[in-house]
Amino acid sequence: MTNGIHLLVVDDEPAIRRLVRGALTRVGYDVSEAGTASEALSHIAARKPALVLLDLGLPDRDGMELVPLAKQAAAAVLILSARNATAEKVTALDLGADDYVTKPFDTEELKARVRTCLRHRNYGAAPKTVIRVGEIEIDDDKRSVSRNGEQLHFTRKEYDLLSELARHAGRVLTHAHLLRTIWGPAHEKDVEYLRVAIRAIRLKLEDDASDPQFIRNELGIGYRLDADRLD
Amino acid sequence: MITRDPDRPSPDALLRLAKREARGRLKIFLGAAPGVGKTYEMLRQGAERLRGGLDVVIGIVETHGRSETEALVEPFEVIPRRELDYLGRTLTEMDIDAILARRPALVLVDELAHTNAPASRHPKRWQDVEELLDRGVDVLTTINIQHVESLNDVVAGFTRVRVRETVPDTMLEDAEIEIVDLPPDELIERLKAGKVYVPHEASRALGHFFSKANLSALRELALRRAAQTVDAQMLEELRAGTAPGTYAGGERVLVAVSEQPGVEILVRTAKRLADALHAPWTAVHVETPRTERFGPGDREQLSSALGLASSLGATLATVPASSVAAGLMAQIAEMRATQVVLGKSRRSWWFKLRHGSVVEDVLRQVDGVAVHLLPMAKVTQQGRRAAAATREIGWWPYLLSIGFVALATAAAELLDPLVGVNAVDLIYLVPVLAAATLFGLRVGLAASFASALAYNFFFLPPLYTLTIQDPQNVVTLFVLVGVAIFGSQLAGRLRSQATLGARSARENAALAALAQTLAQVSDAASTAEAICSETARLLDVSTVVLGRREGQIAIVGAHPPRDSLGAIDIAAADWAFNHGEPTGCDTGTLNASDWQYHPLKTSLGILAVLGIARDDGKTPVPSDRAILLATIIGQAALAHERIWLENDVRELSVLNERDRLRATLLSSIGHDLRTPLTAVVAAAEALPAVGEYALTIETIRTEAQRLNRFFDDLVDMTRIESGALNVVPEATDLTDAVSVAVHDMRKVLGERRVQLTVPPDLPLVLADPKLLHHILINLLDNVAKYAGAGTPVTIEARRPPDGLILSVLDQGPGLPPGGEQALFGRFERVEGSDRVGGTGLGLAIVKGFADAMGLGVTASNRADVSGACFSIIFPNDGLISPRQGPA
Repeated sequence: MTNGIHLLVVDDEPAIRRLVRGALTRVGYDVSEAGTASEALSHIAARKPALVLLDLGLPDRDGMELVPLAKQAAAAVLILSARNATAEKVTALDLGADDYVTKPFDTEELKARVRTCLRHRNYGAAPKTVIRVGEIEIDDDKRSVSRNGEQLHFTRKEYDLLSELARHAGRVLTHAHLLRTIWGPAHEKDVEYLRVAIRAIRLKLEDDASDPQFIRNELGIGYRLDADRLD
Repeated sequence: MITRDPDRPSPDALLRLAKREARGRLKIFLGAAPGVGKTYEMLRQGAERLRGGLDVVIGIVETHGRSETEALVEPFEVIPRRELDYLGRTLTEMDIDAILARRPALVLVDELAHTNAPASRHPKRWQDVEELLDRGVDVLTTINIQHVESLNDVVAGFTRVRVRETVPDTMLEDAEIEIVDLPPDELIERLKAGKVYVPHEASRALGHFFSKANLSALRELALRRAAQTVDAQMLEELRAGTAPGTYAGGERVLVAVSEQPGVEILVRTAKRLADALHAPWTAVHVETPRTERFGPGDREQLSSALGLASSLGATLATVPASSVAAGLMAQIAEMRATQVVLGKSRRSWWFKLRHGSVVEDVLRQVDGVAVHLLPMAKVTQQGRRAAAATREIGWWPYLLSIGFVALATAAAELLDPLVGVNAVDLIYLVPVLAAATLFGLRVGLAASFASALAYNFFFLPPLYTLTIQDPQNVVTLFVLVGVAIFGSQLAGRLRSQATLGARSARENAALAALAQTLAQVSDAASTAEAICSETARLLDVSTVVLGRREGQIAIVGAHPPRDSLGAIDIAAADWAFNHGEPTGCDTGTLNASDWQYHPLKTSLGILAVLGIARDDGKTPVPSDRAILLATIIGQAALAHERIWLENDVRELSVLNERDRLRATLLSSIGHDLRTPLTAVVAAAEALPAVGEYALTIETIRTEAQRLNRFFDDLVDMTRIESGALNVVPEATDLTDAVSVAVHDMRKVLGERRVQLTVPPDLPLVLADPKLLHHILINLLDNVAKYAGAGTPVTIEARRPPDGLILSVLDQGPGLPPGGEQALFGRFERVEGSDRVGGTGLGLAIVKGFADAMGLGVTASNRADVSGACFSIIFPNDGLISPRQGPA
């Protein structure tokens, strides 16, 4: 009774592979395992999985090299990462990985992230012009944002930023990616622009701007628009 | 061959310009004679700048009690003079330290050529001014033309007043020069009206000095000198810029310096020539066998001439050769000199016969070189005799040579019947030649006279009388005398050359030995010892090597051993360290010290200072050993550099090894321990948490999470302890930091309500987001451990004027009074709190991370309710006012 979605778990630890596979099989996914990079590559080529859950520490090759290869094969990539590897996470996300989960992870959280990654993969195929998140509606044609039907005033940059986050809802966008996309490559390091714009957006959209629920920060990595509230 | 684009700025010229820019600027008011109004003009322009708002002070100005000048001094701040006791008299000098401490933009310093009182830092005021300029202070100063070093002779030549106080031309070359001009007639008017203060040295020849002819000549000199400086500076600017074709191509000036009095004129002439041609110049001294026999007077004369050349900017070279002409030719060829300055000595025909004429020899041999000849003063014989006296050989060689003659006579008596009286005279050549070659000319001559007498007495008829009947006897006498002269000359020359060669060989061998010794030592102390003992042996001096320990000058090695130095010696060494220039005895700085210090300059900076001194207090290094000393200093510097680099490499490899171990440990905790833990957590979650096992499964999960936090603590603590924290600060929004921390700790905090009071308009903080996160996690974990379940937690940010404070407040039992700060130590726990579990590392990690980011942390009890308050303090310089990006 699988849902027909094929996933691949790449990790050199058989125990982890077995557990991840178990957790995901129980909710209906079709899960395969790979213990090395070369095994993973041949598997990706042969079976075209929808999502690769990737541990970066592989015995034969740096797991990072698999990220662009998996993306080429149209698979979403979820990194299973060790703690304190901020720079590694940023690199993987910039290479195209969709999200990351830190070990030791919570099974529920893992399942939620897998769902988001897969959903996002489907968005890529058919981009929407109107994105609804809870009571907030973002209309990309009219470049307008409304909350409970009430129009909100956004500056151009604020709108661009919100729209970029919303189009990748649930997914972490790195600081560098956001700055590059919204302000241009010259401002890739000007994190404070981003902080100020995010504050302004939060003041307009959040119930309590000092305890934001809508736009979440990933420390040292980037921002994520919370997908759980996405319709 | 490298060709340079001629339009390109010359790097040397650019460097010189850059140096000039970092230095203070010097403006010199140049006058032809006292009384033209230099001081007046300097004060007037200084006052103008003062009114313009510039910070101008008077370093020293002599008003000579004249009210006009005193009125001009009025608006300025005058730096009080320093008082010095000298032989019971109190002398006052410009207080350079006070000026440097006061740090004005511009200082007025009168009379640049002034000689300071003994025991001042620098013997000359122009050196004080150099230091002011080096430290970036602008200076206005005054000077009369006769004090300019290279014009000293010229002025003395027509005024017949020689001034001893001179200023090197280099001072003028880098300065802006303003001529203070007064027509001679007016100056004489002023003089007659008593408006001119006449310095002591001029008063002796007052009438002569202030004649109209002299004043006109001086005025012309001053104008010409000023024009020349402007020319030189313009050329320099042009070279630095891109104006093509202004380079004066390839002239090189050589001046031959000897021990003869008056050779300074040659040096000054060469300087003027080099200036006019914008050419580099070298002063050469040729070391010949004759040099060996120099008396102390000769050596002093030579070293003062070489010193003058060096102070005028010449490169010094000493060339060993068999004759002066040969040495000069070698040097001319080596440096490809185009202009040669020689002195035409007025030596006796006798001297020329023995040593040849240098000038004629050089003229015969050079090709394509301009030779400038200057007549020199006649050499007085005193010095020469004194020199000869030093080589007094005693009376026994005379006796011995008489003995030779006696032996020869005996031999001749024996042979006479066999060979006949005519051949006997040849036998006398033997003692004459022996005496001449062994003991020199005088003994040789004595032997030849003795031989002639003996020959006459014993062999020429009438026998046993000293009458000369035969002209043959006269011829024999002349032949013998001739043999004695030439034999002694030849042998003497060979002997001297051998001595010189032996000294050279000795020095070379010693240098090679020094290099070898230095190559074998492996630490700073033994390097210093080797340098000290070898230098002491080579130069016959006391030596000391000084290094810096914790900012203090300390003796690293000495020969003979010593463990202290006088205050002035330390000061001189310190100066050498800081300024990279030789100091102490016989130098321009702090020369009251008995020691002469040479900085050991390396690519790593000045690592040590070599000090040398002679016990009798004489010049530590005579000029003929200066090149040897330079070689030793080079070797010593090289050895120090090698030791330092080796130490660095060694320390680095130890560090690397430690880093590798640490990395292994961290990765094993980070990965190898956490992987099974991940499996445990995931496995526990995979079990259905229902029924009788629900509690057990929950226990597995929470304890595994706790174990995971212990690992985190352990890794964090290891990183703090080993200094391996990699802090990457980033503009961070405290809203983000706090909400993520609360989000991550939600489960641990359980039922506790979290109240956030973080105003959204706070400045951003510069912090490493990960480290800040761990601080907050640990503080929240602490709350979870000590404050009762269900009690509320408050996180609040405040912005007092001196920074930003982020506090975590709980409503638990609070902290035991008095021991709040001690909580931040390792394994510190609140008394009786064992049951709550934990490594006791949490707050130590908070402190360690905060220290690494330059943040403060405090712990206290709440004033309003029972509970603890932990605060992180962000200083103002770590705050960033929000900056909106471009729209």
